[in-house]
Amino acid sequence: MSGLSRREFVAAGVAAGAGLVIGFYLPHGSKGERNEVFSPNAYLKITPENNVIVVVPRSEMGQGVRTSLPMILAEELEADWKQIQVEQAGASTLFGDQTTGGSASVRTTWDPMRKAGAAAREMLISAAALEWGVPRVACKAQYGAVLHEASNRHASYGDLATKAATLQVPTDVPLKTPKDYKIVGKPIPRLDTPTKVNGSAEYGLDFHAPEMKFAVLARCPVFGGKVASFDDKESRKISGVSYVGKIGESSIAVVADSVWSAMEGRRVLQVSWDEGQNKDLNTAMVMDSLRQGATKKGVTLYSTGDLGKVSGRRIEAAYELPFMAHAAMEPGNATAHFQGSKCEVWAPTQVPQDIRDSVAQAVGVDPDNVKVHVQLMGGGFGRRLEHDYGVEAAQVSKAINGPVKVIWTREDDMRNSTYRPASHHKLSAVLDGQGWPVAFNHRLVAPSISAQKGQPGEGGIDPDLKDEAALIYSFPNALVEYIATETPVPLGWMRSVYALQVGFANECFIDELATAAGKDPLAYRLHLLAKDEDIKYFDATWKTARMRGVLQMAADKAGWGKPLPAGHYHGIACFGCFSTYCAQVVELSMDGDQPRIHHVVGAIDCGQVINPNILEQQIQGGVIYGLTNALRAKITIEKGRVVQGNFDDYAPIRMNEIPKVEGYFVDSTEPPTGAGEPPIPPLAPAICNAIYAATKKRIRALPILS
Amino acid sequence: MADFSLRVNGSDRKVSVAPETPLLWVLRDTLQLTGTKFGCGAGLCGACTVHVEGAATRSCSTPVSQVAGKNITTIEGLSANSQHPLQLAWIAEEVPQCGYCQSGQIMAAAALLAKTPNPSEEQINTMMAANICRCGTYERIRRAIQRVAGGAR
Repeated sequence: MSGLSRREFVAAGVAAGAGLVIGFYLPHGSKGERNEVFSPNAYLKITPENNVIVVVPRSEMGQGVRTSLPMILAEELEADWKQIQVEQAGASTLFGDQTTGGSASVRTTWDPMRKAGAAAREMLISAAALEWGVPRVACKAQYGAVLHEASNRHASYGDLATKAATLQVPTDVPLKTPKDYKIVGKPIPRLDTPTKVNGSAEYGLDFHAPEMKFAVLARCPVFGGKVASFDDKESRKISGVSYVGKIGESSIAVVADSVWSAMEGRRVLQVSWDEGQNKDLNTAMVMDSLRQGATKKGVTLYSTGDLGKVSGRRIEAAYELPFMAHAAMEPGNATAHFQGSKCEVWAPTQVPQDIRDSVAQAVGVDPDNVKVHVQLMGGGFGRRLEHDYGVEAAQVSKAINGPVKVIWTREDDMRNSTYRPASHHKLSAVLDGQGWPVAFNHRLVAPSISAQKGQPGEGGIDPDLKDEAALIYSFPNALVEYIATETPVPLGWMRSVYALQVGFANECFIDELATAAGKDPLAYRLHLLAKDEDIKYFDATWKTARMRGVLQMAADKAGWGKPLPAGHYHGIACFGCFSTYCAQVVELSMDGDQPRIHHVVGAIDCGQVINPNILEQQIQGGVIYGLTNALRAKITIEKGRVVQGNFDDYAPIRMNEIPKVEGYFVDSTEPPTGAGEPPIPPLAPAICNAIYAATKKRIRALPILS
Repeated sequence: MADFSLRVNGSDRKVSVAPETPLLWVLRDTLQLTGTKFGCGAGLCGACTVHVEGAATRSCSTPVSQVAGKNITTIEGLSANSQHPLQLAWIAEEVPQCGYCQSGQIMAAAALLAKTPNPSEEQINTMMAANICRCGTYERIRRAIQRVAGGAR
C-alpha cells in the first residue's frame, strides 16, 4: 500500500467520504497485539502513562493554533488542561486540507476537533464502565479522569487508555453546550510563550540537520528573467564554498559550510541575466492597465435590483492601492535532505501538503516519499502559502546530494516575494432627495492571484473574492463587478487578501456619501444596516444585524460623537470578511499633513471566541499590521524589478508610532469564524475618514504617506 | 580564517572563522546559539540584538573580530532558568505571537533597564523603536517593560 499505513489509508478514505476525519479505530498491529496508545482518531493520543497528546493539523505562525486548537478538543474530551501536550502534524493524508490561511484554522477544525474529543470521552467512559462492571450512565468524565460516584471509583484517562483502545469509535456523539464550557472561551495562557522568551523555540531557520550545508541563491532580479551565464571563479575562492550551480532556469545556488560563506560567495558571483520581456516594466504601467480595466464591464460578484432604473444625485470616486509585501520577520528558508527515491523537508510553511507535492515533482520522487516537517514560523501573513523556498531547498539538496538549508536574506524576501495585488476601484452611487443611496456600484479592477497561479476561478472570479468582497449594506440597487487584469508581477495572498482593497474603497466611499448627504458617518451606516436582513453573497449569508452590532459597539466604546481633545478627530469604518464582522473607530490629530494615530477601538463578531487573550492579540496585531499597510507599505517596480529591499525603504510601524489599541468582541455562541484577518480592512478607511474629518481632504490612494 | 576567543554567556569559546563574519552567524552557526535571530542583516530590525559588555548590540552588523575577548550575552545567557524579570513579565503580559523578534526585544529592553531602571514611556519608545515586530506586539512589550520598571526595581 504505497506509502500510507493501513490506518492512514482507512482514515483518509473516511475523510474523503465524510469530509472530516473521525472514523473508526483500526489496530496498529495484528490481532491480539496489545495496543499501547489510545488513538481513536488522528487528532488525539493517550498513552498508558497518561500523556494526553493533541495533534495540531494547522501551522503555528503566531496566531496561537498550538493553544487554541487543543483547547477545542480538550473541552469535549473533559481533559485536564494542565496535562495537554501538543504535537505538530506534518504533511498528512489524515486531516483533509492542511492549509493555514483564510483565517480558517479555528473555523474549519471546530467541528472535527470537538467530535474527536467527544468520541474519545465517550469511549473512555465506556472503558471505565466495563472495567468496573457498572452502567455507563453512572460514570462521568471530568478533569482527565472517569468517575463513578456511587462506588467512589476513579481512573485517569491513561489508566483507561488500553481498554478504550479495544472499543469501537462511536459516531453521533453528544457535544457539550456552551454554558458547560470550562476551557473554550477562557483566556488560557498560550502554551508556546515560555519557549519564546528564552530563545529555545525552534523556528525553521533554527533547524539543524547533521552534516548540513547552507545555501543562498542568486535569483534573476527581473520578473520572469533567466540566467544567461555565470562565472563562479571568485565565489569558489571564498573559504567554505563547496558548490555553485544553476537551480532551475532563473537562479544559481551558492552552497557553503556556513551562511556567511554562502552569502560572501554570492556577493562575488558574476551573473549575466537574460532579463526577458519584463525588463521595462514599471509601476506606472501597471496602474495604467488597471485604470484601463475600469473602462470595461466586469463579471458580476453581487447584484441586487437594477442600477439602470434609478435617478437622483450621482456621486463618483476612484481609489487605488499599491503592491505590498508581507515582510514576515523570519526570512524565507527551508531545509531539505534528498536521498535518491525520497526527500525530507523541514519547512516553516502554511502549506505542508503543497510543499510535499511540489517538492515531489521538482526532484522526481513519489509524493508519498516526501516527508514534510512543519516548523514554527516567524510570521507568515500569507507569504508561506507559497512553496518556493521548500522546492529550492530540495533542488539544492539534490544537486549536492546532501542535507542543506536554503536561506533568503531580507532583500531576497522583499524582491522575490509574491505581492498583494495593486488595485483600482471605481465607485459610484445615486442618492435620493434625503441623501440615502438608491444605487451603489463598485467596479473592482485587480489582477487575479489564483489565475496567475494557473487556477482561475469559475467564471473568471478569483475564489478569494467570495470571502473578501461582500457588500454588507442594504441597498435597493447594487452591483459589484470585477475586472481581472494581468500582470507579470508575482502575486500572493497577504493578510486579509482582497478585503484590504475592497474594504478601503467601500468604506471610504460610504463616508463620502455620508458627507454628500450631510449626515453623520456612523448614523449613515447604521441606517443602511437598520433592517434585519440576510445578504447572500456566494456561499455566505451575511447578517446586517451582526454588522450593526459591531459598529455600535465600536462607536459606544470609543465615545463616538462625544467631545474629543482639541485637534483630535474620529473616523469610522466596518467590514466583513472570512465570515467575521469588524468595525473600528480611529482617533487622530494632524501634524501638518501627517496623521498621528492616537487610539483605535475595534469591535469584532467572530462567533464563539475560543481564547479571548489570543483574540485580543489578533486584534492588536491586526491593527498594527494594518497601520503599516495604510501609512507606508508600497512596493514599486522599476525596470522590471522591485525597488524596495529592506526595512529602511519598506518601513514597518515601530513602537514610537503605535496608537493605543482596544479590542472588544461580541459574546456569541454562533460557530467560530475568522479572527486573524478581519481586523485589518477597517483600519485604513477609518484613518482616511478621520483625516477627512480633520482636514476636509479625501485620501483616495494608499499608502497615506507616499 | 582566523581564530578568535569569545566570552559568550560566561564561557570561553574558541572559533575559527573569517574575521569579517558577523557575530550573528558565529553565534547561530558555529556555537549553535539560535535564540539570536536573523531579520534584516543591516542593523534595521533588532532581531539579532545581544549584549556586548552590557550594551545592546546588533550582532548582524558586528564583525566577530571586533568582539574578541569581550563579554557577550545572548538570550540563552540572560538568566539562569529563564527567570530574568523581563522574561517573567513577557510571560505575565502574554507578549509573543510568532515570537521570532522577541529575543531581540527582550535583550534590548534588558539593556535599557540596566542603564535606566525607571524609564519614562518616551524613553521606552525611543529605545525600543530600534526593534521591529511584524505581529504588532508593541503595546504588550511596553506593558511588560513597565511592569518590571515599576516593580521591585
